Amino acid sequence: MSTLGATLRAAGRPLLIPYVTGGLTANWTDYLDACQDAGADAIEIGLPFSDPMLDGTTIQRASDRALARGATIGGILAGIEAASRRLSVPLIVMTYANLALRLGAPRLAAAGVRGLIVPDLPLEESAALEAAAAEAGIDLILLAAPSTPDDRLREIRRRSRGFVYAVSVMGTTGERDTLPATAVELVRRVKHHQPDPDGPERLPVLIGFGVSTPEQAAEAGRAGDGVIVASALMRRVLDGATPDDLRVAVAALRTALDLGVSSGTPYAEVSGDRR
Amino acid sequence: MTMSVMRDPAAAGRFGAFGGRFVPESLVPACEALEEAFREAWADPAFRGQLDMFRTVYAGRPTALTPAWNLSAELGITLLLKREDLAHTGSHKINNVLGQALLARRMGKTRLIAETGAGQHGVATATAAALFGLRATVYMGERDIERQALNVFRMTLLGAEVVPVTSGSRTLKDATNEALRQWVAAVEDTHFCLGSVAGPHPYPWMVREFQRVIGEEARRQCAAELSTGVPDVVVACVGGGSNAAGTFAGFVGTGARLVGVEAAGGAAMTHGTPGIVHGSRSMVLQDDEGQIAEAQSIAAGLDYPGIGPEHAQLGAAGRAEYQTVTDGEVLTAVRRLARAEGIICALESAHAVAWVLRAAGTDELPHGSTVLLTLSGRGDKDMIQLSDMAALTGGPA
Repeated sequence: MSTLGATLRAAGRPLLIPYVTGGLTANWTDYLDACQDAGADAIEIGLPFSDPMLDGTTIQRASDRALARGATIGGILAGIEAASRRLSVPLIVMTYANLALRLGAPRLAAAGVRGLIVPDLPLEESAALEAAAAEAGIDLILLAAPSTPDDRLREIRRRSRGFVYAVSVMGTTGERDTLPATAVELVRRVKHHQPDPDGPERLPVLIGFGVSTPEQAAEAGRAGDGVIVASALMRRVLDGATPDDLRVAVAALRTALDLGVSSGTPYAEVSGDRR
Repeated sequence: MTMSVMRDPAAAGRFGAFGGRFVPESLVPACEALEEAFREAWADPAFRGQLDMFRTVYAGRPTALTPAWNLSAELGITLLLKREDLAHTGSHKINNVLGQALLARRMGKTRLIAETGAGQHGVATATAAALFGLRATVYMGERDIERQALNVFRMTLLGAEVVPVTSGSRTLKDATNEALRQWVAAVEDTHFCLGSVAGPHPYPWMVREFQRVIGEEARRQCAAELSTGVPDVVVACVGGGSNAAGTFAGFVGTGARLVGVEAAGGAAMTHGTPGIVHGSRSMVLQDDEGQIAEAQSIAAGLDYPGIGPEHAQLGAAGRAEYQTVTDGEVLTAVRRLARAEGIICALESAHAVAWVLRAAGTDELPHGSTVLLTLSGRGDKDMIQLSDMAALTGGPA
């Protein structure tokens, strides 16, 4: 099986990674199938944590609801394991250090997880997990922020696997009206530190946090190599969206991203329900 | 006995296996800048002198060391109370906040944000913000707002904005999460004035250093008061553990036994396991999968599932021990100290008193022992809560 990074590089289009909170509903893994059907290049699955320090209200609510309905990490991993057999897109887990370090890379790998994002594990704390993840065949994806100075950015670029997660804004996860200017600037800086923009070592740079609408996704897709969309999707599920509803929302993002590559292409007509 | 504990935890912020800096990348530069600013300020005699001045003429330091004459006679021990309840704003929290507010001003920050449980740290933050002309926003769990209404009013009167936190258990742990989230978005002009020896490096170390004044004063005062110079036992209540850390710092190099007293429903040292919460690795109350548990204590300030990482190290190294007392023992302790000594202490501080009441005359604390107890705060904030409870039970508090 090729690595997450190789799979993403081979996609040949702006990358779309939708996020689904594990255990959010009884049929939560159906949302994974919907994401794949709608053209996701990979899917990020959040393992809900009681104290999500970097999440805004929507993902907090989704995590709280999953835990309140009795979802367990063990149960969610079983769901991921089953989904990984049926789905062809790589599955990425996002969770906080207390859960990630306790689970360990081998257990995640055994569940079919191909990538891991731990938002409260900065460079200074991540070496052990980087080694364990590499050993287990999991790409540990590191995050870069607008406040990250150049020397750290270089180190993040060097040590990240799969892709570089560019945090678009100084803030928590959550929908925003416009794509912040800091996102474009950060992607430019990360790309500047690529050893060879076209070589095999090139890492895709994906923009996450606050990418809410198809218009923003297209804009982010033009600036970077793709987007991660979480709150805008989980808000819909919290409001009762079915897997079919989510498929439509993800498909709108897919279309906007694909049309958005050539700057100036009209894409407004595929926009979803902005708020 | 001298150990290599309670020193500078160096760049990685480690206390043995505990501590560290588990924060989002967005906050790493801010934590690094804070560490650098603190190192530089703490080595600067001008900064120290300024802080000493405010401690003396504003906060009322040094605080008294009061012999508990009547309780000592009743219990057959010598009990000395380090009176942090007499400090301005009514608790030891002012020690830390004066230091951090001065540091924030030195760093060019114009706003403080803080988490608070019982409201004492929030009040202290609002106070320092007023004094130094900084804006202040305090995050407080909705549940704590209900039971500490008086402190909410005090903060508002001092000009701070109090923001209710409605997520999770709606207590201190969730207020801390919210303050961290808000800091990410406001880091440019805002200093996160964290109230305990918890959180990411450099907070556990910096807050201990700002609270060290408790232990250093008490050490000098005990030397004058006791023929032995050093008490047999040093005891303080522990939630996050800042008053205990400050107290222990003055005695860690002596032979004194160090005892931290936790709330039975929030006993991270006694019932917790190693975990990562609020930016550092320490002992944490959590389930088998790593979900953080909700603490349960009558004292909002101790209603916290974690503990500062340095306490985890002191406990693991055997240099300090951690005991628990129940809410019932705490209520008894408040009343007994009030009637015996004419001092109404905070519910938090009463945990330390409760342990002394239980242990005195047993092998734990034999007759003739000398004990220094840090009375971290005064009980004014708890009077509504206690009178409501008394009304419910039909008896006096």
